[in-house]
Amino acid sequence: MIEIKNLNKKFGRLEVLRDVNLTFKKGECIALIGPNGCGKTTLIKSILGMVIPTNGDVLFNQKSILKEYLYREQIGYMPQIGRYPDYMTIGQIIEMIKKIRNSNQTLDEDLLKAFDLEKIFGKQMRTLSGGTTQKVSATLAFLFNPEVLILDEPTAGLDPLASEILKDKIIKEKEKGKLILITSHLLSELDDMITQIIFMQDGKVHFHKTITDLLESTNEQKISKAIAKILKSQSNE
Amino acid sequence: MNRIIKIIFLDILKNKIILAYTIILGILSWSSFGLEDNSAKGLLTILNIILFTVPLVSILFSTIYLYNSSEFIELLLSQPIKRKKIWLSLFLGLSLSMVLAFFIGAGIPLLVYAPDSVGIMMLIVGCLISLVFVALAFLSSILTRDKSKGIGIAIMSWLYFALLFDGIVLFLLFQFSDYPIEKAMVAVTALSPIDLARIQILLQLDASAMMGYTGAIFKDFFGTSLGLLISFLLLCSWVVVPFFISLIKFKNKDL
Repeated sequence: MIEIKNLNKKFGRLEVLRDVNLTFKKGECIALIGPNGCGKTTLIKSILGMVIPTNGDVLFNQKSILKEYLYREQIGYMPQIGRYPDYMTIGQIIEMIKKIRNSNQTLDEDLLKAFDLEKIFGKQMRTLSGGTTQKVSATLAFLFNPEVLILDEPTAGLDPLASEILKDKIIKEKEKGKLILITSHLLSELDDMITQIIFMQDGKVHFHKTITDLLESTNEQKISKAIAKILKSQSNE
Repeated sequence: MNRIIKIIFLDILKNKIILAYTIILGILSWSSFGLEDNSAKGLLTILNIILFTVPLVSILFSTIYLYNSSEFIELLLSQPIKRKKIWLSLFLGLSLSMVLAFFIGAGIPLLVYAPDSVGIMMLIVGCLISLVFVALAFLSSILTRDKSKGIGIAIMSWLYFALLFDGIVLFLLFQFSDYPIEKAMVAVTALSPIDLARIQILLQLDASAMMGYTGAIFKDFFGTSLGLLISFLLLCSWVVVPFFISLIKFKNKDL
């Protein structure tokens, strides 16, 4: 569904992405992991067209996304730090995005209800805590039933209860056959959600494996341990 | 597009600064027109407002607003909207509110006290100057990611156009007073939107008689309908060119 071809991105002299080649298909739930500053968010933003690649291309349903915008109708994006116009209330933000999208599809208001956002619809965005802002971001990402969900550090800042709700929702959407892309540092949280894992380092894709492959090749039960093992064996070489 | 403009416009109106700006313009204009029976003093006050206050407020407010809405722009970019549309909507929303503020604050007293060619000219030029400096704000905010740097550029460009440029022109006039540079001076004024505005209004006020030989040349050029048209087009290009450059930069910007 999404194909990334020889993607390079430089910010000035800094090479953030180096020749990234990846393919994502429907029904996959992919974790994008790696140390801070390895280019995860830049990769995600390139898919969204927020970062314009230095060279290379991203194909969405076999079509290049460069200079396109309509394909974003099929993407729900939850940013790492969702920041919204200060003086708008939660209700206004959601209304605004609905108006901008102007879609006739039935809306998916599961999260809106699960997070009890309707009770605080009148609150201004600047008065919200980081966690509540994340809840709004998550709600917006899922609201339009998108085919692709891109979640940048979805559970960071959420309380355990809310993070459980979000995880359940992600699993539910995955079972509907959607493509889900998650970046996270909390490997333990990913265990029961993901089907594939991509490890990035210094702007390069270190490996791209399915979970079963990864666990089998390392003889481990948990993703976190398996990855630790791979990284150790590589640093020994 | 209209939906986004409406959202931005309402967001700006909720920000009380524009309201305060309108009220201050109103107080200045009404009181200076009310001082004397003759509207000349009022016109001069509004001329100064157009030449100094309007540019400053337009460029500063717009630049800061653009920096503060970087999150909002990011949010819109993740939605299925063209980049061009986002930038254009921001421009139209900001321009609309600045022009409206000028129109209500200074335009209405102008139309009440000086409903002749001078008043209407001032109204049009004031609106155009608002647009020019909103466009310059778009350019300065896209040039750098750093907010304080961007605002610095905005203030510098205001200082340059409002004060420095005049000084440079004066300096040139004195240095080269032995040469016939009057015609060249007409061309030089095209380099500053504020000077274009000033000359257009001063010629309407018939103050050009006091500007000596250069004034006569200006009158010769800007006094004709062709000259007037050209200077209006120049002012408009001061809106279009900076905005267009910023639009191209925005289309290739990483967020």
